[in-house]
Amino acid sequence: MKSSRRKFIAMAGFAALGWSVCPSLTRAATEAGPKLYFKEEGSLEASQWAMAIDTKKLDRQIMNKCIEACHTLHNVPDIDSDQNIKWIWIEPFRNLFYDQSHPNLKNKANQPFLTLCNHCDNPPCVRVCPTRATFRRPDGIVLMDFHRCIGCRFCMAGCPYGSRSFNFYDPRIYLENLSHEYPTRSKGVVEKCEFCAHRLDKGQMPACVEASEGALLFGDLNDSNSDVRKALRERYSLVRKPKLGTGPKVYYLI
Amino acid sequence: MLEKAIKGNILYWGWIFFLLAIIGVGAGAYLMQLEHGLGITGLNRDVSWGFYIAQFTFLVGVAASAVMMVIPKYLHNFKAFGRMLILGEFLAIAAVSMCLMFIIVDLGQPARLMNVILHPSPNSILFWDMIVLNGYLFLNLLIGWVTLQSERKQVAPPRWIMPFIYLSIPWAVSIHTVTAFLYAGLPGRDFWLTAVMAPSFLASAFAAGPALLILLGLIVKAFAKWDPGKESIQALAKIVVYAMSVHLFIVLCKVFTAAYSQIPDKLYHYKFLYFGLDGHTTLATFSWVAIFAGIVAVIILLNPKNRQAENVLAFSCILILMSTWIDKGLGLISAGFIPNPMKEVVIYTPTQPELLITLAIWAKGFLILTILYKVAIGVKKEIEV
Repeated sequence: MKSSRRKFIAMAGFAALGWSVCPSLTRAATEAGPKLYFKEEGSLEASQWAMAIDTKKLDRQIMNKCIEACHTLHNVPDIDSDQNIKWIWIEPFRNLFYDQSHPNLKNKANQPFLTLCNHCDNPPCVRVCPTRATFRRPDGIVLMDFHRCIGCRFCMAGCPYGSRSFNFYDPRIYLENLSHEYPTRSKGVVEKCEFCAHRLDKGQMPACVEASEGALLFGDLNDSNSDVRKALRERYSLVRKPKLGTGPKVYYLI
Repeated sequence: MLEKAIKGNILYWGWIFFLLAIIGVGAGAYLMQLEHGLGITGLNRDVSWGFYIAQFTFLVGVAASAVMMVIPKYLHNFKAFGRMLILGEFLAIAAVSMCLMFIIVDLGQPARLMNVILHPSPNSILFWDMIVLNGYLFLNLLIGWVTLQSERKQVAPPRWIMPFIYLSIPWAVSIHTVTAFLYAGLPGRDFWLTAVMAPSFLASAFAAGPALLILLGLIVKAFAKWDPGKESIQALAKIVVYAMSVHLFIVLCKVFTAAYSQIPDKLYHYKFLYFGLDGHTTLATFSWVAIFAGIVAVIILLNPKNRQAENVLAFSCILILMSTWIDKGLGLISAGFIPNPMKEVVIYTPTQPELLITLAIWAKGFLILTILYKVAIGVKKEIEV
C-alpha cells in the first residue's frame, strides 16, 4: 500500500474520531443511571418515600421551625435577594394550588403552607439533566450529585414546582455557623430538598418532620400501615399540579 | 489559504482591533463571572436562563440559514447561489461558534463541561443539542474549506464531499429543531409547551439568517469590492419575505390558541409578553416593536420593486433582524419563565457585566466571520483576475 502524509493524517483523524466517540456510546448503552448507593446499618427503607403535610396543624411557628431545622442542618445560606436558596419554604395556598381553587374558598387563598421538592414519580428534572447529576433513587428520592452538576440549570426550567435553587454565589461566604452533618456546596451548582436521604440512611427521620410537632408525616407510600397512608385514607388531600403527570409525592391534608 | 487573512488595509486592521478591544473588555467581565459566579448576572431563582441562552437561541437560527442556499444550489442546481454560498457556510461557522460560547458562559461550572460527554444522558435534549451543534460546525468547516480550496485550484469539488453536503441539509434543520425541543417538552412552562415551537424556530431562522446574509453581501460589495451577484441577493430576499410571513403567521396562531381558549396558564405569559404584568411593561414595548417591524418589513418586501432597490432591501433586512432578535433574543426566554410556577412575577434584567460578556461573544463571532470572509473573498478575487 502506498503511504503518504495525506493518508496518514486521514487515518489518524478517523482513529481519533472513533476513539473519542465509541467509549461514550458504549457507556450510553450500558449505564442506566446510578444504581448503587451505600446503606448503613439500621437505615430506614421504603419502596416509595412520601410526605403528608397536615395543613390544619401548620402554623407560622411550626413552619419556621421546620425551615430552620432544614436550612441549618443542610448549610443552606440565607441570601436576601431573588438569587436565594430555598429547600423548604412558605407559600400561600393560592400559589400552590391556583389550578385547584376558587375565589370563594373560605379564607384558604391566603393561608400559608409549606412547600418543598415533590420527589416526583416521573421527575422532569431527571429527564432533562444532561449529566445525570440529578437522579431518582429506587426508593423514590430525587437526589443531586453536587460534584457532577455543570450548572446548566435545565432542571430548574424543567421543574414545574419551582423547587430548585442555584448557587449564584459561593454559598460558604453566607454561612456563619457550619453544620458538620451535611457538606456545603460550591458556586454554580443546583441544589434542593433531598428528603434527608442521608438521615434516613442513618435510621433518622427528615429534619423538618422531626421539628414539625406532628404536622409533617413521612413514610412508605406502599405500606398500608405507614403514617402517610393512614392519613391519606382518612383525610381529603391535594397534590400540586396533578395534571402534569409528574406524580408528586408530597400530599397536603386539607 | 489562511494567509489571506493577514494581508489587509488599514480599515480591515482597524476593524479587527476594534473587535479585539471589545473582546478584551468582555473577557475581563467573564473573569469576574468565573470568580464570583453567575451572581453578577441579573438571573435569579425564577428566571434561571436569560440573555446568554436567548442569544444562543437566536444564533442557532442564523446558523441554520445556510441551508436555504445549499438546497437550491445542490438539490435544484440553482447556479446563482454558487457564487455566494461560501458566505452562508462561513456565517454558519461563526454563528455556531457563538452558540457554543454562549452555552459555555452560561454554565455555573464551566470546568465540568466535559461531564456531558463523560456521563452522556441520551434522554436529555441538551446532550443532543451538543451533538447537532458540534456536528454542524464540523460539517460547515469541512464543506466550506474543501469547496473553497477546489475553487481556488479551479477544479470541481471532490466527489467525496457530496454526501457531507447532502447530510448538511437535514442537519441544519436538526440544529434548530433540537434547540426548539430544549424548550418545547417542559411540563409547567406553558409558553413553550407547543408543537409549533420547532416550526416557528425554523421560520424565523429562515428569515433572520438570509436577512443577515443579504446585509453581509451588501457590506462585502461596498467594502471588499466584490459583488456576490444580484440574482443571489434577490433570491435570498424572496426567501426572507416568505419565511418572515410564515413566522408572523405562526406567532398569530400561538396568540390565538392562548387568547381564544382563555386558559389562564397559557394566557398569563402572553399578557406579560404583550401588555406586561404588575406594571412591568418594558418587554411589552419591545414585543410590539418586533411585531410592527416584522409586518412593515413584509409589506415592503412583498413588492418586487422594493426588493430590487438595495437601500430599501437593506432597511427591511435590518427591520427583520430587529424583529426576530427581539422575538428570540429577548421575548422567548423571559416570557417562558414569567410568571413563575407559583404564578408570581419575578423580573429579569441583564446586568452590565452580562451585557459586556454578551457583546464580547458577538465580537468574537464577527472576528471569526471577518477572517473567514477575508479568506473567501481573497480566493474569489484571485481566481477572477
